[in-house]
Parts: sequence; C-alpha cells; structure tokens
Amino acid sequence: MPGAAGTALLLLIPSLIVVFGIVVYPLGRTLYTSFFDVNSPFPGHYPFLGLGNYRRTFTNPAFWAAIRRTAYFTMVSTWFELLLGILLALLLNARFHGRGILRAIVILPWALPTIVNGLMWRWIFNPEYGALNALLTQLHVISNYRSWLGSPFLALNMVIVADVWKTTPLAAFLLLAGLQTIPRELHEAARVDGAGAVRGFFRVTLPLLVPSILIILVVRTIEAFKVFDIIYIMTRGGPANGTQSIAYYAYIQAFSNQLFGYGSALAYVIALFILGFALIYMRLLRTEFAY
Amino acid sequence: MNGLDDLSRRDFLKLSAAGAGMASMGAILAACSNEAGQGTTTLNALFMQQAAYSNTDVQGMVDAFQKANPKIAVKPTFVAYESLHDKIVTAAPAGTYDVVLIDVIWPPEFATKNEIIDVTDKFPSNWTSEIFPGALQTAQYQDKFYGVPWILDTKYFFYNKDILKAAGVKSAPKTWDDVFAAAKQIKSKHIIQYPLIWSWAQAEAVICDYAQLLGAYGGQFLDSSGKPAFNTGGGLTALEIMKRSIDDGTTNPASAESLETDVVKIVSQGQAAMALNWTFMFSLANDPSQSQVAGNVVVAHTPSGPSGAAPGCNGSMALSIGSGSQHKDEAWKFIEFITSQDIQDQYAKLSLPIWKSSYDEPEVVNTLPEVVAVAKTQLNDMILRPQVPSYNEASAALQLEIQSALTGSKSPKQALDAAADAWGGLLQA
Repeated sequence: MPGAAGTALLLLIPSLIVVFGIVVYPLGRTLYTSFFDVNSPFPGHYPFLGLGNYRRTFTNPAFWAAIRRTAYFTMVSTWFELLLGILLALLLNARFHGRGILRAIVILPWALPTIVNGLMWRWIFNPEYGALNALLTQLHVISNYRSWLGSPFLALNMVIVADVWKTTPLAAFLLLAGLQTIPRELHEAARVDGAGAVRGFFRVTLPLLVPSILIILVVRTIEAFKVFDIIYIMTRGGPANGTQSIAYYAYIQAFSNQLFGYGSALAYVIALFILGFALIYMRLLRTEFAY
Repeated sequence: MNGLDDLSRRDFLKLSAAGAGMASMGAILAACSNEAGQGTTTLNALFMQQAAYSNTDVQGMVDAFQKANPKIAVKPTFVAYESLHDKIVTAAPAGTYDVVLIDVIWPPEFATKNEIIDVTDKFPSNWTSEIFPGALQTAQYQDKFYGVPWILDTKYFFYNKDILKAAGVKSAPKTWDDVFAAAKQIKSKHIIQYPLIWSWAQAEAVICDYAQLLGAYGGQFLDSSGKPAFNTGGGLTALEIMKRSIDDGTTNPASAESLETDVVKIVSQGQAAMALNWTFMFSLANDPSQSQVAGNVVVAHTPSGPSGAAPGCNGSMALSIGSGSQHKDEAWKFIEFITSQDIQDQYAKLSLPIWKSSYDEPEVVNTLPEVVAVAKTQLNDMILRPQVPSYNEASAALQLEIQSALTGSKSPKQALDAAADAWGGLLQA
C-alpha cells in the first residue's frame, strides 16, 4: 500500500505545485503587499501601513463611485442576459427546420474572445464610420451621427450592450438545458387543465427553470463584477471615468500609478465583495425547491 | 501488486506519449533560449505602434543595426502608446526589455523608481549642443540623462485648405480666435457638420491638446513655487474655450472618445477642417492611398493666443536602458545607432530628427519640405508638461476633470479646482 500512496502523492505533486504556485502563493503575497506602501514593482523594504491601504480604500469617493458603476453594470447586464436568454432558449427549444444551424450560430458570440468582441463593438459604435450610426440614420431613427462612447452614462450602457451580446448565448444554453429536462407530461397536464401558452410558461416552465436561472445569476454576477477586459478595450474607463469598473480602477492604481500596496488592498476588497455574493448564492442554491 | 504494473499497455502508451510531448516542449524551450546561436547577444526592445516611426521604419533601423553588428540581434516589440507605460512597469522586475521607449513625462517616475538607468556618463557632451533643447528635456531629470532622445515631436496645426476655401475663409488661421471664427463660418455654410476634431479621449492625448491651449493663453501648469496653477488664468480659459466649442457645435462631440489616430482618420475622410496633431499626420493625411483629401492638408505653426504665444506641446520620446538589462553596453550601442543623425535623416518622413543640423540637410528638407519649414520655428517654441514623479496619477486626475467639464457634469472652474486639489496632494507626496 505505501507504494500506492507514494504513487498517488507523486501524481498529485504537479497539481499541488500548480495550485500553490499560481493560487495560494499569489493570494498570500497580495495580502502581504496590501499592508505595505509598495510603490514600485521591485522587491525591497517598504513602509508598513497596517490597514492603511484598506482605510484609504473605504474613505475614497473614487472607490465608491467605481463600486456603484460596477454594481449597475452587473445588475443591468445580468438581467438583460437572463431575459434575452430565456426568450432565446424558448425559441431554440421549439421544433422548426434549421434549428441545429441556429443553435450553432447563436453560440458564436460566446465563442468570440472578449478582446475581439470589444474591438468589434468599438468599431460598431465608432461615431464617424461605425455601423450603428449608419444603421440608425438609414432607418431614420436618428438624423445625425452621434457619439456613443463620448458621454459617461451612455458609454456605460453601450459597454453593457456589448457584454450582453456576448454573454446571452451562455445564459440561453444553460436555460435550454434546463428546458429540456422538463418532462413533456407536465406541459400536457397543464394543457388538459386548461392553461394556455402564457399561463403554462409562468406556472410550469418558469418555476422549473429556477435552478438554471440561479446558476446563471451566480456565474454572471460574479463574472460581471470583475469586468475588466471589455472596458480596457472599448473605453479605457472613460469618458470622465464613466465606465471605470472597480477592477479597472484597481489596475490603474497598481500598474499605472505604481501603487502596488493600494492596488493589492483593492484586489482583496473586490475578492471580499465577490465572496459575499458567493455566500448568499450558495445559501440560495442549497434551498430545496418545492414544486 | 499495485501501481505501475497494473497499467494496461494502452495507458502506458498514453503516458509515454505525454512524456514525449513534455520532453519535446522542453527541447523547444531550450531551443528558444539560445536561438540566436553562440556568441550572439539578443536585445529585447520595446517600441510603440502609434504616431512617429512606423513598425516598418523601426524594423528597417533594426536590420541596419544588425547588419553593422552581426553579433547583436535585436527583437523589437510594439505596443499601443496607451499600454507602453504599464508594460515598462510590469516588465521591469523581470528585466525583460533591454531598451525601452519612454515619453517625455516619465523620466522622473522611472528614474526615482530605478526602472531605467542613468546614462549621463555615456552621454557625449557635444550632443547637448547638437540636439534640440526640447528633445534633450525628454531624457532629462534633475540634470541627469536617463536615455537618448529619439522622437522629437510636437502638435502642429493642420487644416484642409479646400474646406476653408469653400467656406470663404480668406487667409489661413493664425490665432485661436481665427480658428474658432473659421470653424463657425464653415459650420454656418453647412460645408461640414463639425469643423474641429481633437484627441480629447480620457488619455494623455487630451492633456497635450489642453497644454497647447493653456500655453497660448498664457497659463501654466505649476507656478514658480511648484503649486498647481492651471485652475486660474490661461489654464482656465483653455478649458472654457474647449467646452464652448463643444457647446456651439464647432467641435465634433466624438472628440471626447478620440485619440490622435482617430483624428488622422476623420481629417483624412474630409469630415473635419482643422485639428492639432503630431508630425505623422502630415504624411498620412496627404497619402492618396489612405486619405480622401490627400494634397489638401496643410501643416502650420500652432495658433497663438492673445499675447502671441503659441507653444507646441513637447511630445518627444527617448530610448532608455531598462535597469534589469543584462546587456547594457550592447543596448547603448543600439540606442546610439538608431538615434544617430544618419539613421534619423533616412527615416524623416514620419518623424523629424532630433539633430539641429538635420533641418538644413537636403535629404531631410526634401522629404518633408512643408513640415521642416514649420518645424524650424515650432520646435524652438514648446511647452513642457510638469516633470514630477507622480505625473501619471496627476495627469489621470486632470484628464478626468477635463472630461467632467467637457461632458457637462462640472463647470470648467469647478473641474480644474478639483484637479488642482488632487495635484496638491500628489505633488507633496
């Protein structure tokens, strides 16, 4: 048996090295850094601040402004993804010719790397030669070309559009999987009892989709709260910080301003927020659903 | 018996395949690390792909260097200007880059944090008189040199002479008053919707345009005691003018999301009549293969304010040696080579040389006669952004407040007061 245990250990070593090397060590190191006034990327001796960086975080209006923007981004994008995801899933679940092809096409946005997606939407929104302005003027919805990423709140919403476009397929496919597990007898029974399509959806389909919906909420809020790459590509946090998410704010502090201690503290605060979400959601997911 | 003896033949084959795969990966990695062969040094150099020299130009210079120095191989990497600073910072501890391109505003920060090295000892004394003072400032901090200037650039004033003519503007605008009057005339005659385009995105670009207006209206970033002074006088006037031109529709609202490359595109499409931009715009906007208005874009001295002041924003850049470089001597050799007058004269089309005497060389003058004529005076009249170690953070605060004013969430005065407050804290630290 020691031979087997030894072999097991031997085989586990690579994954242990990976886990400790790229998860545990950086976590510990970032925590350590967050207690010091580290202002350059080099190792060395830096003044100890204790919780100073955390105090600075919570008393900084720029931090709270970034949190508010991130919360808005998270809520709006997640809800739209969910809503559109349900509609899309219902469509993809219906029987029609070419359903297989449509299912394959729908997954495309999700398959696109975020960087490519961000670039694509930046071009679509381009005020001078973007497709959106051309489309809307040709449909006579707007009379003049306008700037989509040039004012703070509008820009945030336009970034949300790009994010929703990319992530709705994920929601749709999780929901489609959920839809397919609903036994057909339940729908038939509802119909026999005199429920129409709408009533059938709200009384039978939706309640049975709750577990899938919860999973999407969990995955997407946590993902959206960490949003960074699409903002880096589309707006770089501008205009007037209107699209600066909390993760982007932390990046700027650490790497552009070389405040690595403060940036580390911010990273931990973000992690705490996400941990909070995760705990709430895990509670929710553990509850049994009575149908 | 347990363990390996129980492995089936198929599993064993799979394992050996995996092992072979890993071994070959190792071999590839090993090959990569000494690909250059024996006795050769490989230099990694970080450049930007935006404004000034094109990637092809840089590659041409690298090839010329390698031909002259067969023992040194140079591997250039190109990143967008907006990523350049952060790339230098994150690569510094690993010593990834032997040579890095730095902007005029970074020497204090990089020098105080030891991310680039002091090259004062290597810097020949005759260079200080042969190179334009504006270029020298790029590599200088507290009387020491932290690199060699390579790009000497400032924002010139560009206008589309056809559009001005169509609007009936008689003479080329010389002052900012002329510029805004011409813009109104173009707009009222419906020649184009937005006569002016600027690079006012939340980036360093907006600070350059702002600096140029601030200089023209007699403002300054810091007063003689080093305190922020841009929230009064010329600095305030500059932002008020920027805001006004957005409000009256002479400035394209897309300016708030545009960088210098966007300005080139919009002018090249004939959708703007006037703009500030770096040297590179002249060749691009007048290149028939890339521009619909080729031949119509004229370069001029930046417009002046009421007192006649018309400094261009000093946008020069220098090449420095990364502090973690293992090949500092070779790196210096490379820098010396590509900043040399010979090389710079050859590649003058997108970026003019740092050397004073180049501006009388037929090779340079004939490449860009129009630009050289203007450059001769403009390059001696430049405004420097403040050289402080926390420049990046200070600039970010000012960018944010300028944009707050442009997008209307604050008045210009409120915005600049808030930025000055932020600078107060940063400059003390």
